[in-house]
Amino acid sequence: MNGAQDLGGQMGFGPVAPEVGEPLFHAAWEKRALALTLAAGAMGHWNIDESRHARESLHPVDYLSSSYYEIWTKALEVLLLRHGFVAREELASGQASVVPTTPRRVLSADMVPAVLAKGGPTHRDKAGAPRFAVGDRVKTILIHPSGHTRLPRYARGKSGVIEMRHGAHVFPDSNAHGGGENPDWLYTVRFEARELWGREADSNSAVSIDAWESYLLEEPA
Amino acid sequence: MRALETILVAKGLVDPAALDAIIDTYETKIGPRNGARVVAKAWADPAYTARLKADATAAIAELGFTGRQGEHMVAVFNDAGTHHLVVCTLCSCYPWAVLGLPPVWYKSAPYRSRAVLDPRGVLAEFGLVLDPAVQLRVWDSTAEMRYLVIPARPSGTDGWGEEALADLVTRDAMIGTGVALMPGSRNAGAAAP
Repeated sequence: MNGAQDLGGQMGFGPVAPEVGEPLFHAAWEKRALALTLAAGAMGHWNIDESRHARESLHPVDYLSSSYYEIWTKALEVLLLRHGFVAREELASGQASVVPTTPRRVLSADMVPAVLAKGGPTHRDKAGAPRFAVGDRVKTILIHPSGHTRLPRYARGKSGVIEMRHGAHVFPDSNAHGGGENPDWLYTVRFEARELWGREADSNSAVSIDAWESYLLEEPA
Repeated sequence: MRALETILVAKGLVDPAALDAIIDTYETKIGPRNGARVVAKAWADPAYTARLKADATAAIAELGFTGRQGEHMVAVFNDAGTHHLVVCTLCSCYPWAVLGLPPVWYKSAPYRSRAVLDPRGVLAEFGLVLDPAVQLRVWDSTAEMRYLVIPARPSGTDGWGEEALADLVTRDAMIGTGVALMPGSRNAGAAAP
């Protein structure tokens, strides 16, 4: 979706401002937000693509005026409500009062090292062979889906070159919406800066994205 | 946040001890020191560099760094003619397994918006002015591939061991918003950035 999250190429946010002495967390609640997000996700009722879509579905004003852990927390509430783990009256009162969905799993402290060390690999076996080879010229599709996609606006309808192949990976555009993993061939595609940004752009820089095969069209030589 | 945690704990959906274990992992166990070890080994061991180029996920796993937000790794190598820069314009994808949690600026709108449009301008804000002849390659992490920049090895480090080399590798050098420290630099030995 063309939400506030799709920031590549937008203007007006000012310079990047690295902090001096940069703390890992800026408040105690940020630690809890990180841990709650991971622990709630470990219940196994939603995937990372649904999580990302919940974050990008925040109102653009809300998204852009929130810190990243605030974005995570607001999206976590959406996911917990959607999947029946909390009720609105509980978020209002701060007290548990409604019987939740039975979780598939509750993460215990002793499971944490193994769960984090395993992560959530997205590579999947897929029959057949990828359509494109390294060096092939491709063009990205021009789409404006209302749902989740990982094809950023600045790279839609653009010509590039296949730079790497990564096998088949879970397809976020369906997986975010309960549509299944539908593994699709994944590539790294390189675009010259001038293809993306026009003649004024630097002639000696390029931007690469990772793109699933269904984002790509063959470009005649 | 406290209220949400209270509700979820009361319902038996999350275990507070698990929350503490997650926080402890990212505060004390997983951070840019992991990535610095990968870079130092790549500088010191050509056979390791070859494995890192062929299959970064497996090569990094040799050092024990695996898992969440590092499941599928790609290493990109800076040299005299090429500089690499990593961003996630769509969210905050970052190689946690080797760099830990991302800094605020990496997740911020200024960086995400301009790293692809004006990467040389962004680098200048980090005090890094590249020669226009150096090709700049930006990697937007739009899937689950996670990119680790292997900075160029500083001159004057011939014969150094991996421990000493790792002290020259900053977190920002592994994102691409910096370069490795020079020997004798005041910051050599600092963990980050």
